[in-house]
Amino acid sequence: MPTPLLELDNLQKYFPVSTGALWRRKIGWVKAVDGVDLAIHPRETLGLIGESGCGKTTTSKLILLQEPPSAGTIRYDGEDVSNLEGAELMRYRREVQVVFQDPYSSLSPRMRVGDIIAEPLEIHTDFAREARAQRVAEVLELVGLQPEVARLFPHEFSGGQRQRIAIARALATDTRLIVLDEPVSALDVSIRAQIMNQLEHLQETLGVSYLFIGHDLATVAHISHRIAVMYLGQIVELAESLELCAKPLHPYTQALFTAALPSHPDQRHEKLKITGEVPSALDPPSGCRFHPRCPHAMPHCAREAPVRKEIAPRHAVACHLY
Amino acid sequence: MAPLLRVSELQTHYFSFGGTRVVKAVEGVSFTLCEGETIGLVGESGCGKTTTCLSIVGLLPSAARIVSGRVEFAGEELTQKRPREMRRIRGRQIAMILQDPMASLNPLFSIYTQVAEPAYYHQAIRGRSLRRRVEELLRAVRIPSPAARMREYPHQMSGGMRQRVVGAIAMAGGPKLIIADEPTTNLDVTIQAQYLEVLKDIQQQSGVALIFVTHNLGIVAKMCDKMAVMYAGKIVEQGPVRDLFREAKHPYTQALLGSMPKLGSKEPLFAIPGQPPNLACPPAGCAFHPRCAHALPRCAMQQPRDRSIGPDWTAKCWLVDQQTEEQYAHAVA
Repeated sequence: MPTPLLELDNLQKYFPVSTGALWRRKIGWVKAVDGVDLAIHPRETLGLIGESGCGKTTTSKLILLQEPPSAGTIRYDGEDVSNLEGAELMRYRREVQVVFQDPYSSLSPRMRVGDIIAEPLEIHTDFAREARAQRVAEVLELVGLQPEVARLFPHEFSGGQRQRIAIARALATDTRLIVLDEPVSALDVSIRAQIMNQLEHLQETLGVSYLFIGHDLATVAHISHRIAVMYLGQIVELAESLELCAKPLHPYTQALFTAALPSHPDQRHEKLKITGEVPSALDPPSGCRFHPRCPHAMPHCAREAPVRKEIAPRHAVACHLY
Repeated sequence: MAPLLRVSELQTHYFSFGGTRVVKAVEGVSFTLCEGETIGLVGESGCGKTTTCLSIVGLLPSAARIVSGRVEFAGEELTQKRPREMRRIRGRQIAMILQDPMASLNPLFSIYTQVAEPAYYHQAIRGRSLRRRVEELLRAVRIPSPAARMREYPHQMSGGMRQRVVGAIAMAGGPKLIIADEPTTNLDVTIQAQYLEVLKDIQQQSGVALIFVTHNLGIVAKMCDKMAVMYAGKIVEQGPVRDLFREAKHPYTQALLGSMPKLGSKEPLFAIPGQPPNLACPPAGCAFHPRCAHALPRCAMQQPRDRSIGPDWTAKCWLVDQQTEEQYAHAVA
């Protein structure tokens, strides 16, 4: 087994909740991420799927070192990133990049596209101006745009082109991992396929790894090699993408598949078995966090939290049923 | 059976800079909808889906005007109606569900007040029976403990609940047609599935007709009987959902279907090259020809007309014309 590029080990992030106008007092914790173990290998796309409020974005913020974890470790190339300093930290920031959901707010309207893409180069490399322009032209071509567009401003582009610019910016330095936080959900259907194909092509040619965060099962399953299903701060199921589609084990994953929209009108629909909504992370249910909505809940589901274990080769699930 | 809604050759344009700049947002849209039927209006952003719906209910912004065409609803022509008359139709006959439930609910009024309003004005229900009616409506959209929840305010509810309240408001006036403009884009997948089931139940119970505006073909596959695919202000293909999903004739419909990721398959997606056109200066001929893989020389010059393919199934494409001509020539020979 090769060493993973990035490894999350029992990662936790609790946000304090306080009340009172004058005398702020803590009344509890929101357990946004509560014990996440994941590994991303070189040249791999790991899909992270879950509903809003399940901790997907907090996980990505922890990976990007925008938030310090409350507990647990993130290892990059086998090294704990919480100890990184100076040049080592810069290397991590250079090699781990991000593309956000909304390309309309993630690109500065006051900067030319060339400057937007050159900014990470200014910070991380000692390239001269010509070398930077050269690199900008290179990455623009990589993402399927003309090098001449470097002179233009973001408002002159459509959503799909802007997302390409954001991807170009993420690729400008020697990137090894890109966190893609719902990169296609703000785009039109015909453009979505363009961006997804482009991402797959870039992975083949450059060998980058992706953490693909999304809530649309079909999209995530299409692009990912492995998928982690997240519910209320925990990973409930982790499997190879096709294996997960063929045989979802966790009742929550099964519910996600039932809720997924059909790709053909003749496809048989099942009635969605789960009811209600995701409970608040401020006061998560005891035991298995899914038990209040689970159609197969047993008495001890409310008491004991299930441990994630491997049921089939490379297919792990956290559920008392197995 | 006479259709409930017949939109014929509708043209709605936006005028700006004192009428010197015209954006032809809707360019000759025709479709019909019978009672209890669901039509999916599919297309990318800016293709004129929403403008078509706003033209039907007469809620166009001041810069837009219906240039020509007719909207017949239950035998009445709507485009010529005065605002006063339209107010009696909106809510009572035609209701609308908008995309963002937070923006379409008033944060200052309780759920009860907002659901009761259409029933009060359009159905003249008063007093205790109004309260019962609101409870019934909230129960129909499966809001748990409706008697207690109707005293709450929108901010106390989650996104999925709010969107159900909007659904209850739409039903409150007892409409024959509901226009749902991307009602589930802001909802999570499991909440979306629940909401779509609620809408289906409502439709089965009340026999209301639905126009579903969406860019998600999965929703169309799940919910609709017919679909109309819009591109650059025109319906390029329309017909029964099953037929279109099985063998769409227009290259744009085919491309949209091909660009949809399918669960459990890693087949490469078909990406449509290029961008949707700018409606202020649409391409000559067929608007799709610059992005079309099968474009013929005449696609760039002449606009294709509607050609009938099957019962209730039409497409605007020169390829279809060419195929029918070939078949005809073949039959003659």
